[in-house]
Amino acid sequence: MSKAVIAALQQRFPGDVADAYEGVGGDDVAFVSKARIAEVCRFLKEDPALRFDMAPYITAVDYLGVEPRFEVVYQLYSTIHNHRARLRVKVPSGDASVPTVTGVWRGADWFERYCWDMYGIEFPGHPDMRRLFMYDEFVGHPLRKDYPLRGRQPLVPEREVPDLYRGPGPVDRD
Amino acid sequence: MSNEVKQVAAAPAAGPDPLEAPFPSKRMVVNLGPSHPAMHGVVRVVAELDGETITDAKLDIGFLHRGFEKSCENVTWTQCFPYTDRLNYVSSIMNNVGFALAVEKLCKLDIPARAKYLRVVGSEMHRMCDHFTLVGAMGLELGAMTVLIYAMEARDHLWDRLTELCGARLTSSYCRIGGVARDVPEGWVEKSRRTLDRVVEIREEIDQLITRNRIFMDRTRHTGVVTREDAIELGFTGPCLRASGEPYDVRKAAPYLVYDRLEFDVPVGNNGDNFDRYLVRMEELRQCDRILRQCFDQMEPGDIAVKDFRYVLPPKPQVYGTIEGLMAHFKLIMEGIKVPAGEAYSYTEAANGELGFYVVSDGGGRPYKLGLRPPGWPMLAALPHMVKGSLLADLIPTFDTINMIGGETEQ
Repeated sequence: MSKAVIAALQQRFPGDVADAYEGVGGDDVAFVSKARIAEVCRFLKEDPALRFDMAPYITAVDYLGVEPRFEVVYQLYSTIHNHRARLRVKVPSGDASVPTVTGVWRGADWFERYCWDMYGIEFPGHPDMRRLFMYDEFVGHPLRKDYPLRGRQPLVPEREVPDLYRGPGPVDRD
Repeated sequence: MSNEVKQVAAAPAAGPDPLEAPFPSKRMVVNLGPSHPAMHGVVRVVAELDGETITDAKLDIGFLHRGFEKSCENVTWTQCFPYTDRLNYVSSIMNNVGFALAVEKLCKLDIPARAKYLRVVGSEMHRMCDHFTLVGAMGLELGAMTVLIYAMEARDHLWDRLTELCGARLTSSYCRIGGVARDVPEGWVEKSRRTLDRVVEIREEIDQLITRNRIFMDRTRHTGVVTREDAIELGFTGPCLRASGEPYDVRKAAPYLVYDRLEFDVPVGNNGDNFDRYLVRMEELRQCDRILRQCFDQMEPGDIAVKDFRYVLPPKPQVYGTIEGLMAHFKLIMEGIKVPAGEAYSYTEAANGELGFYVVSDGGGRPYKLGLRPPGWPMLAALPHMVKGSLLADLIPTFDTINMIGGETEQ
């Protein structure tokens, strides 16, 4: 079954899906070019033989010292056919942005925000690109390999309170 | 005639009827949390209200973020176990199992049968603890304090057994890469059977107390509804997905450990509302009991860890008596397990859904990357979708049934 997924992808997107291999434990993995990732995902979701209707997990990895430096990893699952696939997208540090897939799976929202928060990878087209865990004034992206383990942050000045009901923070926040 | 109609139609434009007592409804923004008893820890919900109806809701999370991934990247593989305990602190053994399976997948390691059974026993006991906590907290927040006390009694019975098994009530650290930390004590299985008898009794009592309770049903039925299509697209897993009608359970879809040898049913709901999510959990408690009893019957004496000193610490007499044992011990403690370079994604069914670990190793003794897929995360992210247009009072049961655990969602 799973071999068919990669084969169908390579047939539909020649040149954009490359280096497919069988990962540890028999996982199906393929590298996808950055520019076409949203299209590839939409195809995977809508093709009746594939139907990857869920994206359980999206994360990023920082391979410091290797170029392209970042990688965004998509774990996909089909509840209909009960098969899985993993897509890896290489992201250069000079242009750390990947087209969003929130239009394909709404559940990708927070995972992409997490990647932005922790790795500084942007997702153009994302409806609500803010930091997820860190506060707005945080400097840097903590999961990058060049961010120190015991990094210190500058003191943040107290926020203005423009609205008594909504508490501190810029007006357009939340 | 036509004149009269015109006059009637024009009347409201002249000004509001003083007898109507117009109540200018101003949109009000209400903060729930970060420290609110119903927010289970520290989450801030910013709800925009029109009267009592939620027109918009946003979440502000991260108050409990403590850098799980960053911490794990800086310790050896074995030292990650205490960190995984603190993800879902109500059911820590399941996190241990998920992490251990991810590393073993990368090492291509197969563990002894008894270790597999012990992992399942620990997991299912903790699944019961997790569901009891949810049911109890739900009762408490909907005004049924008794349910909480009953659920805590059941949970403490189970925690007593787990304490005897791994030495801690909450932070178990029970698994090791290649097996588990220790075997069950003398007479433990018999004691656990008696404990389960009592726990099932308590489950029945809770069932009788609230499942048909009018107030409870009114507040949970048809609130927080998620359709099956939405649930799948939003990435729901676990009981919340099954309550929406999708029978996906990792234990059935991709059996790990010994789940393919055990007989159990996967309860599925119809409506995807809070009541169904509650019912699914109540039924899963019964299934956990079935699984545990089967495990007790099937378990056979044997090794509890692989006998490979590249992964598991040698027994103490060997450490003190032989140079090989001493060296193996020293290397494991100082350098950590050498996990082959590569990447893998491993997923298990935790109490709230799919618990995934994306592990990347560079061949050294420490994880290069340890990506955590917290089970409760998509449900929490979908909370605004679930409560929009409903009453503010519906937010509380909805927040209960998604079972957000701060430790795992905020890492």
